[in-house]
Parts: sequence; structure tokens; C-alpha cells
Amino acid sequence: MKPNYTPTELLATVASKLLEDGKSVFVGTGLPMIAAMLAQRTHAPRLLIIFEAGGVGPRVPVLPISVGDSRTFYQAAAASSMHDVMSLCQAGYIDYGFLGAAMIDRYGNINTTVIGEHDHPQARLPGSGGANDIGSLCWRTIIIMRQEKRRFLQKVDFITTPGYLTGPGAREKAGLPAGTGPYRIITQLGLYGFDEASKRVKLLAVHPGVTIEQIQENSEFEILIPDYVETTEPPTAEERRLLHEIDPAGMAIGK
Amino acid sequence: MEILLEGSGELIGWHDPDENREWVRTNKSRDLKDKRMTIAEAVAQYVPDGAFIACGGFGHIRVSMAAVYEIIRQRKKHLTMAGKTAVHDADILVGAGCVDRLEVAYAFGHELRGLSPASRRAVETGQCRVVAELSNAAYQWRFLAGMMGLPFIPTRNLLGTDTFKYSSAKVVKDPFSGKPVCLLPACYPDVVFVHVPRCDIYGNAQVDGIIIEDFELARAARRLILTAEEIVPESEIRRQPWRTVIPFFLVDAVVEVPYGSHPCQMPYLYFFDEEHIGEWLRMSKSPEGAKEYFDKYVYGLKDFNDYLDKIGGLRKLQYLKEVEQLRAPMVAPWLQKG
Repeated sequence: MKPNYTPTELLATVASKLLEDGKSVFVGTGLPMIAAMLAQRTHAPRLLIIFEAGGVGPRVPVLPISVGDSRTFYQAAAASSMHDVMSLCQAGYIDYGFLGAAMIDRYGNINTTVIGEHDHPQARLPGSGGANDIGSLCWRTIIIMRQEKRRFLQKVDFITTPGYLTGPGAREKAGLPAGTGPYRIITQLGLYGFDEASKRVKLLAVHPGVTIEQIQENSEFEILIPDYVETTEPPTAEERRLLHEIDPAGMAIGK
Repeated sequence: MEILLEGSGELIGWHDPDENREWVRTNKSRDLKDKRMTIAEAVAQYVPDGAFIACGGFGHIRVSMAAVYEIIRQRKKHLTMAGKTAVHDADILVGAGCVDRLEVAYAFGHELRGLSPASRRAVETGQCRVVAELSNAAYQWRFLAGMMGLPFIPTRNLLGTDTFKYSSAKVVKDPFSGKPVCLLPACYPDVVFVHVPRCDIYGNAQVDGIIIEDFELARAARRLILTAEEIVPESEIRRQPWRTVIPFFLVDAVVEVPYGSHPCQMPYLYFFDEEHIGEWLRMSKSPEGAKEYFDKYVYGLKDFNDYLDKIGGLRKLQYLKEVEQLRAPMVAPWLQKG
């Protein structure tokens, strides 16, 4: 039976459930914004949303196009500056950082800079933006992305944003704030975490109808599969209604 | 301090702090004087070929597009630009051949709208070079070090990544904690353009909404060109001095340009012109199309007022105001294609 929701709607609802009420989240453009806005309209009304250009604690009316858009400081607690909010991250105030990604490796290192050689690129991508800062300085980083073999890579061409770098202890050795790092990856196939001992990508849950084979087939690196794998909850009718209310133009959620 | 690692990126916009103090002492007037001029005069006077430029605002928000279009109209060459989430500004300046070097935190994309055909083509064919990488926080902290008159500032981002390897930063052992820490070099752009809702004839400027990094950028800039939606009486500024984000002595030129951020967003005043941005994204898919865009919207027109007529005049500007104030729904051509 064909589900009555889209993969994007599922991604948004699964992502939103990871955010806790009364905590802070630093969000990037697109699905991360939708997920945070949905959380605020459902289980986490007191979620503190922070945007990198200076929006602090807004009640976002509709999906912003940009993380600096005036919607990001609509009825906000403060309209501040990048220095202010990035310093809040560095000082430990931000529980969750929420990012999109083009490519990722087994340790959660992200590439959004270049495909091929840096100085002679096959394809040039936008670069870090605030991603390196979010992935370096927030306590827990959540990544939303499309999963394909060419995106879940043994080795990324360029580490734009740090995951666990080369494995356990590598972040602290590099000087990154202690106790930080990637926490979850959400793709159209499933929800992943990181193995405590090896810091490698580990499957936590599959989306309804997805098999373990599909999870592995769509990754170049080996994904750790625990004995017990959960299945995610499909979006409810109310969640779907809210998603389209949040993004009436269908910019990120689709039509 | 022991240097542990050094990035290989080109060091852009750095000056020895004493050299910069001397430059400020000699070149930045502390005199309260009328600085009004046209955007053509400001660009002609303060933007030499080869300069290192930066725009205030962020992405498509509160960018001085009047200045950007004028740089293109005057066919400036070999500029280096700060890609501090530089989106439409960088894309058209690279596409027009004015900028051929970029230090990149974020460029080559239009956020949710997709990637930039013109500037990506320029980088992928070698017409434009990325001379260094960094992140958004790193860029604004470089300006913070500049405004503080310091040679560098220690931070905890970039560490462990290729973004660091291609940056102009260094990693040292922090003498206090003993942990590795990133040192970002100060950055003083040659010319900065900031668009604000209002200022007086001397350059005392207010900003409504987020300041983004314009507080730091305005103070690190060597030359600062201010474009404003409206020039207001000095008394209005001095009635609420706590609202002044940029005081007059930082400013070299004041230009009144209503709608001067179009097609970008001016918070509380007008929304992004998605139709226009979409037209550029479509036309710039080929070099011929990009040329056609510049002929239509820049070279073929006398000035920014002619441009405002060309993009749809009062009817369009009124619509953008309604969208910004949540009174009309947004329509975007880039949403239609699949």
C-alpha cells in the first residue's frame, strides 16, 4: 500500500521529535527549520530557536527562505548579531545544532565545499556557511540529508564540518569543545546514531517499509546494525497539516 | 606560543595593527561633515580595480545592491570579495567579471533557491579563484579582531577540518588551557558597502532587526560606503542615540537609495523579489544569458532608478512590501519547476 505521506514529510516529523521542550536549537536552512517549527507547534512550545544571523527565540510565522530572513526574528526574544549567537554556541548555550549535508562519511564528517580537487573542482558547492561553526560548537549536531551511495562515502573529498574526524578522541585532540559531536543523522531511509565506542554511524531505526538491505545498499561505508532496530512513526494527519501550514508555498516540504 | 598547524589559504585583508592604526589616523576623518554623494561618485572614488570588497547584510538580506550594480556598471576589474554568505551580490559580481578572487564562507548558492550557475561556472573553469576557505563565524570574528585593533583572535571552530587547511588561520597551543586553539587573523576590507533603513547626512546609521555582522564589519572596514533607504534629520538620530549601530566617523560616503537592496530583502520594508532572482538564475545558466541580463538591467540603464522601473516599478515594489508584512503570499518561479 502506498503511504499517505511523502518522504520529506516523514523526514521532517522524525527530525522534529528529536528536539526537546525547553532546550535550544541552532537551525540551518530548509528542513531543519521546518522540523524546529513543527516541534514548537507540537510537543516543544518552549523550544528556543536560534538563527545564525542573529534571530533569537522567534515565533516563526512561515518558513523563512534564509537563516537571515526577517521571519527568523519575527516576535523574537531578541534580534541580535552573528557575533552574539555564534558566541552563545561557543560558550555552551546551544543544545542542538541542526544541519543539512551533501555528503558524509562513517564518522559523520560533512562535505559541502567541493567535489574533486579543491583547486580544480569537478563541482563547486557553497562551502561551510555556518555549518562548521554549528558542527564544532553546539553540544549535539543533528544532520538531515538524502541517503545515496554517492553521499554516504568511505571518505569525503573535503571535510567542511567536523564529525568525529578520525574516530574516538579525535575532536578533543584537535581542540574542539569537549563532549560535542554529531548525534543523529536522518535520511529518507532511516534514523542513525553513533556507536559510543567507535564513533561510527549506527542504525537506530528504519522508516516504515524500509529493509536493512536498503540501508546498507545505499551506503558506501558499512553501517553498524544493532540487534534491535526500531521503526519510526509515520506522520499523523495533524502533523502533515501543520507542515503545510508552516510551508504554504511548499519550498522545502513540497506541494 | 607554539604553532601546531598552519592553513594554506591566502591571507586576505590583514594589516599589521600598527600599520592599520596609522592608516586610520591619517585617512579616517573624525570631522562631522556632510558626506552625501551619488552611488556613481562613491564607487568611482572609493573602489579601485583590484580592491578587496565586502558587503554588509547576509545572503539576500539588506545587501547594498545599488552599490553592487554600480560596480558592474563601472566595469571594475580584479576585485577580491569576502564570501561571508555572499549570494546574489557575489554571483552577479563574479558573473559580470568584476570579482575574480573570493575568500569563501558561503558563496555559489542561493540557499533554498538552488546553486548559482554563473559563479560556479566561473570557479569550475578557473575564471574565478577561491583563495581561502573559512566559516561564517570565522569571517565575522576576523572582522571582530580587526575592529578591536588586534592581529588575531582565538576561537574554537575550524579545528580538525579541511576548512581549516584551506584557511589563513593557524592552530597554536593555548597558553592558559594547554589545548589547541584556532587563531583567526584580523581582516580589514578595503571597501565595505552597508545598506541601512536610515541615517543622517553625516553617516550616523540605524538598523532595524538583526544587525548580522555589520557592527564589526563597519568598524573593520577601511572605506565604508553607506546606502540608505532614507536620509533623516540629525535630530531624529540624536533623539535615540542607543539605536545608532554605525556612528558617523566610520563612514566615508552617504548615499540615499530607496529600495537600494532590491532584489534582496529589507526587513520590515520589502521582501525578496523572487521573480527577479528567478530570472537571473534562469538567464545565467549560459554565459550569453548572463550577458543579456547585464545588458537589460545594468549596462542598458542610466541608474538605479531606471532599474527600479525596469523590474516592475511601483506596482512590484508595493507587492514586495505586502509580502514582507505578511499581507500577501509569496510567489516564486523557482518553486514551479519540479
